[in-house]
Amino acid sequence: MIGLENIEKRFGDHTVLKNVSVEIDEGSVMALVGPSGGGKSTLLRCINLLEIPTSGTVRIGSDALTFHPGSKVATSAIQKLRRQTGMVFQNFQLFPHRTAVENVMEGLTTVLKWPTGRARERALELLDKVGLAHKADAWPATLSGGQQQRVAIARALAPSPKVLLCDEPTSALDPELAEEVVEVLSQLAREGTTMVMATHDLRLASTIARQVVFLDAGLVVETGPAREVFKNPQRERTKRFIATLTQEAKGGHD
Amino acid sequence: MPHWLQLMIDSLGPLLWAALIFTAPLTLLSFVLGLTLGLVVALIRLFGPAPLVPIVRFYVWIIRGTPLLVQLFLIFYGLPSAGIVLDAFPAALIGFTLNIGAYTSEIIRAVIGSIPKGQWEAAYSIGMTWQQAMRRTILPQAARVAVPPLSNTFISLVKDTSLAAAITVPELFQASQRIVATTYEPLILYIEAALIYLAMSSVLSHLQGRLEHRLGRYGGYIEAHK
Ligand SMILES: Nc1ncnc2c1ncn2[C@@H]1O[C@H](COP(=O)(O)OP(=O)(O)O)[C@@H](O)[C@H]1O
Ligand SMILES: [Mg+2]
Repeated sequence: MIGLENIEKRFGDHTVLKNVSVEIDEGSVMALVGPSGGGKSTLLRCINLLEIPTSGTVRIGSDALTFHPGSKVATSAIQKLRRQTGMVFQNFQLFPHRTAVENVMEGLTTVLKWPTGRARERALELLDKVGLAHKADAWPATLSGGQQQRVAIARALAPSPKVLLCDEPTSALDPELAEEVVEVLSQLAREGTTMVMATHDLRLASTIARQVVFLDAGLVVETGPAREVFKNPQRERTKRFIATLTQEAKGGHD
Repeated sequence: MPHWLQLMIDSLGPLLWAALIFTAPLTLLSFVLGLTLGLVVALIRLFGPAPLVPIVRFYVWIIRGTPLLVQLFLIFYGLPSAGIVLDAFPAALIGFTLNIGAYTSEIIRAVIGSIPKGQWEAAYSIGMTWQQAMRRTILPQAARVAVPPLSNTFISLVKDTSLAAAITVPELFQASQRIVATTYEPLILYIEAALIYLAMSSVLSHLQGRLEHRLGRYGGYIEAHK
């Protein structure tokens, strides 16, 4: 189980997350939706501690770290928790000086100290899974956005994280390219990969998320099973937001 | 054979010998040591520790703000008054190393800073420590960006070592001065010295091009960061 308890995050005197508590069951997918600037990225980054919460507890499996204002948590403890997560970024962030397969191997060889042969074998399996075995030796700069994002997914999965964090994985992509990334993520969801995903893509959220958290101005406004929140939102703010997304989706794709 | 050509051919041996045993070692040693110093200074300026930051900034400020020739004179002719007596070659080596350290630290600082923050985060997200991220992700990319400015610094250094003549290092330029003193042919000898510097710079420029080509094989990666 992945859990956040009473997370608060401040940048200076700007409070970006306010008393956020969420729980993600193992094997399920949670979508984070809400307006831009609402705190989705910050929340994801608090899970893998790219941002250190001002206060609150982050729990992954049997490991937990509690933060207090003004007290520092050891880097080694942060690393231990972070190594149980993988992250997929909006703009891919592949290592441009490494080929596709080297990108996927990097966490295995450098961090987990796997021998190269074994790492390469696993990396090739993962590239095959995202449909890119034939691009193993390609440089990132020669791949399309959708292909880069699929390599990035394979890279994040390589060390077998307990949870895959995706920050708007399709929003830098044209609709056709987004489609191939949605397919890969759906496949992972069906196989029971635990995921937390910030997204504006209603299609992505409604096809693969079991649970939805609606985040606005750093507050959890509404949370519940995906079908219910999307079909029958309870809060006015959620209703309005989902209405705009639906309209955008119609306008954008037709 | 015309007189000037005969003179050039006769002087070529001593000039090349001076270039080989003084100019080349002075250039290579001070560049390698200076680059190492520059990397340390750049890392301190970027990442601390905080108490050392003003010290290295002061160092860069002094070196970049004063003429290299004055620095060399201070080390070779000035320091003996403070009880520190150095031979000419070590004095020149120290002077050039300090100089290269200051200039390359600025280059290294800029190229490390130019690697997008997202690359650090990608490295951290797969579990790397700061050191691993630096070594495996940031420095290799920074090195590629740094090749053109560092090559320029290196080529300038080859030419600047002629300043060591002023503190009695018998390098290429001083060797030409000495031949002038016996032959009274400054025009011919200084043209010859200039041509040898030109040849060395040209070879280095060519090598720079080859190195850039090799490092550039993974293509327009700046695109990938958009
Ligand atoms: N490093 C930072 N420093 C200061 N403010 C930040 C930082 N990162 C995010 N913020 C602010 O936090 C708020 C939430 O941002 P973000 O988590 O990116 O929202 P979302 O992903 O939902 O668009 C925004 O107001 C943003 O300006
Ligand atoms: Mg965001």
